[in-house]
Amino acid sequence: MTATVPSERRMANDIAANLGHLPGERAAEEIAGHIGRFWDPRMRTRLYEFVDAGADGLDPLVVAAVKLLR
Amino acid sequence: MSLLKEPDFGTPERPGPARVSVEIDGMPVAVPEGTSVMRAAAQAGVDIPKLCATDSLEAFGSCRLCVVEIDGRRGTPASCTTPCADGMKVSTQTPKVEKLRQGVMELYISDHPLDCLTCPANGDCELQDMAGVVGLRQVRYGYEGENHLDAEKDTSNPYFDFDPSKCIACSRCVRACGEVQGTFALTIEGRGFDSKVSPGAGETFMDSECVSCGACVQACPTSTLQERSVVELGMPTRSVVTTCAYCGVGCSFKAELRGDELVRMVPYKDGGANEGHSCVKGRFAFGYATHPDRVLKPMVRDRITDPWREVEWDEAIGTVARRMREIQDRYGSSAVGAITSSRCTNEEVYVVQKMVRAAFGNNNLDTCARVCHSPTGYGLKQTFGESAGTQDFRSVAEADVIMVIGANPTDGHPVFASRMKRRLREGAKLIVVDPRRIDLVRSPHIEAQHHLQLRPSTNVAVVNAMAHVVVTEGLVDRSFVDQRCEGFDDWAEFIARPENSPEAVEEITGVPAEELRAAARLYAEAPNGAIYYGLGVTEHSQGSTMVMGMANLAMACGNIGRDGVGVNPLRGQNNVQGSCDMGSFPHELPGYRHVSDDAVRTVFENLWGGTLLAEPGLRIPNMFDAAIDGTFRGLFVHGEDIAQSDPNLQHVTAALEAMELVVVQDLFLNETAKFAHVFLPGASFLEKDGTFTNAERRINRVRAVMKPKTGKHEWQIVSEIATAMGYPMSYDHPSQIMDEIASVTPTFTGVSFEVLDKLGSVQWPCNEAAPEGTPIMHVDEFVRGKGKFVVTSYVPTNERSTRRFPLVLTTGRILSQYNVGAQTRRTGNVAWHPEDVLELHPHDAEDRGINDGDMVTLASRVGRTTLRAEISDRMPTGVVYTTFHHPVTGANVVTTENSDWATNCPEYKVTAVQVALARPDRHSDTEVTDNELVTVVD
Repeated sequence: MTATVPSERRMANDIAANLGHLPGERAAEEIAGHIGRFWDPRMRTRLYEFVDAGADGLDPLVVAAVKLLR
Repeated sequence: MSLLKEPDFGTPERPGPARVSVEIDGMPVAVPEGTSVMRAAAQAGVDIPKLCATDSLEAFGSCRLCVVEIDGRRGTPASCTTPCADGMKVSTQTPKVEKLRQGVMELYISDHPLDCLTCPANGDCELQDMAGVVGLRQVRYGYEGENHLDAEKDTSNPYFDFDPSKCIACSRCVRACGEVQGTFALTIEGRGFDSKVSPGAGETFMDSECVSCGACVQACPTSTLQERSVVELGMPTRSVVTTCAYCGVGCSFKAELRGDELVRMVPYKDGGANEGHSCVKGRFAFGYATHPDRVLKPMVRDRITDPWREVEWDEAIGTVARRMREIQDRYGSSAVGAITSSRCTNEEVYVVQKMVRAAFGNNNLDTCARVCHSPTGYGLKQTFGESAGTQDFRSVAEADVIMVIGANPTDGHPVFASRMKRRLREGAKLIVVDPRRIDLVRSPHIEAQHHLQLRPSTNVAVVNAMAHVVVTEGLVDRSFVDQRCEGFDDWAEFIARPENSPEAVEEITGVPAEELRAAARLYAEAPNGAIYYGLGVTEHSQGSTMVMGMANLAMACGNIGRDGVGVNPLRGQNNVQGSCDMGSFPHELPGYRHVSDDAVRTVFENLWGGTLLAEPGLRIPNMFDAAIDGTFRGLFVHGEDIAQSDPNLQHVTAALEAMELVVVQDLFLNETAKFAHVFLPGASFLEKDGTFTNAERRINRVRAVMKPKTGKHEWQIVSEIATAMGYPMSYDHPSQIMDEIASVTPTFTGVSFEVLDKLGSVQWPCNEAAPEGTPIMHVDEFVRGKGKFVVTSYVPTNERSTRRFPLVLTTGRILSQYNVGAQTRRTGNVAWHPEDVLELHPHDAEDRGINDGDMVTLASRVGRTTLRAEISDRMPTGVVYTTFHHPVTGANVVTTENSDWATNCPEYKVTAVQVALARPDRHSDTEVTDNELVTVVD
């Protein structure tokens, strides 16, 4: 019995939940900044793949952040 | 060095300037007000005979050996209880006092076994010394009168014996237990001739409240309380001052030896962290270092199903280097990485991170702080600008209100807890924020003013509500905030919102609003309010948010930048702070500087050669995910047991099984070694030479008491692996490694072995601006300039109780054991904790038909285990608790992948679980069915 939610999706959504209170575009900027500062490149690539595959289950703020990261 | 004996001034030091001038035997001396005549005399170089006095305890005045004559005063007052007065003239040796002292000694010796030559304390006995000092030549009373010589010995404690036949009833042990340790387990039972030391109400030491800290043994002037190791081995002859390898308090000890054999560890009075005190682990539990389970030869195997094969160091090191490079050739340079250890020295950690960055060529480097205090690093850096606690331990003596959040200092950090309890007995107020009723809530002479017994996972809601009270009731320190901080207005607008009020969050937290309001007022209105916290803060999905929430609260109340205040993490392992300082995180180089900073990277590139990556690497949980994905294939695990200590163990072991090379360096074949291909035997702390940095940023020397039993130092092994991989790394001595650290780390520029040997220890930052270190941080300004208020929205955890898993499991540690227990389980400490147990509330037990001592199954959505139930009303209903000291229990089989949003620190403190009576015919934890688990609540 191990986790069924992909880790990158879970972690990105957690970040969005905690930074989502920020106003306007700042939330997406801060989420992008956090992921950029703390995530290994292969994790970011996996996140981009989730977004490209339809962003199923991803917080919209994460999707906005990924746009900034790219 | 020969046996080190610190001077004993007889009574404690008094603070303040030396304004009182006295003459001792004609010698002038000036002392602070309140100083005893005995201490003044000692400062003047005159040792007045004494038995019941020692400078770790307040004067008692019972032995009458320290009598003196004072000009203009009648009689012969006890010098220990007589304070100096200006102009006082004292005579310490007169015919009158000499006669009195001889009479006193005659009485003591008339009821004392005359077995000095065969006594274990021979040569280290104050009674023996004093008999000599006072010139005792006869005992006129004889030895045949009524006496205590047949009093029965208590040998119940695994580490020391109590022989009342040798007791002189000086009460030093009783007072040490109270004044120094704060446990009050000992008393003097009976009166007059019947007076005797008694643990508890006539119990044995083991059955009493005694916590085996050793303070009584330390204080005993005779052989009444004596270490068993001294009885068995004899009196030590030399000392080496070093640092304990257990918790983050970082106590200094004298390792006392006979030849190369360690006889005992005695707390060092000049140790900045502990000032002469100790706990059961540091004082007594060192036997693991020479335990027969230790592996002393390197071993290799091709597959984890193969038997181990002992090899020489060259082959082991060559195997690691070759296989790491093979993996990198096949899967890319980022397919390997390492985990550093908080049980290793700064110098060892530094060379591991250097090996990863310079030889592996990546940033796949993490440390066990990931799973404990990584949110501290993040949260305090964001708000204050530095990833470290703000105070020294001494600071607690100035606190007026102490708030303990998610920490259990009497078990986890016992020597600091003793300091804290002393301050509480002096009148400081206490707020405890914890789901469990920890000992501090109510213990002898201590009672918390407020115990906010919150539901697990609601820390942020509680701290926000406290801040709400501060902001909305006008308790903000406006002057501090205006001058020292930024971001206050936005934060204050957020925190003042109705949804953050105590009344609004009561439903979520379970903390009565009025109780929370009262606690907030108490903290905010105190002249000095101090926050101490532990893993009950950090190991949550909002661990980092909570750290920032506490920082916000402290800033709003002006409780930063002086003695008695601050935000203070109580670090779990001895070198958690140091391992983080040394650049163990995958995004930071030594000194907490981000790898993307070109200027910082250039400093290291110039020193190390080559090009360093500007991208962060994998954190520990990410390494496991990447291993299962197949992009991460080789791991060097330095002194950690991730297969026992990390959460969701099925996931961890699946990751380890997926790797092509796992290298473990440790003292023992631990749980992780079951998945290893190369085992490199490590050195115990008694064999290490280097430094540890404790929770107060204090860099202490770790000195080798004996040579490495494996033949190599760990920094040497790591350097040789790097060299074998084609990156030459060579040091002759660990001091050279510290010199390199100092050359590249601004907060360490003034640190060297030479400075540490001279000053004893220093607290970083230690540099040109602070050549002797920095006990209190952020004094005039924050490290980041202005302290930053950060909005801390409460976000509930994803871990939810359900019908299937209706209880919440929270985990912790206990006094006698340490972390995964690899060390303490191999000592006499198992006498106190032979197994992990599950604490649960009587109502939860009754609902499930569980009796105290029953075996129960503990199940979460990720795993199950079986352990013994202990029914306890310490727990609120709905919350259960266990420790993770024993691999057979494997508490982390049930903890989940949930983690702190900012740092990935696991959410150990919140796991939805169910508990069911284990059927006696079943011993396997996997045999209980889901239906059975659900049935117990139907």
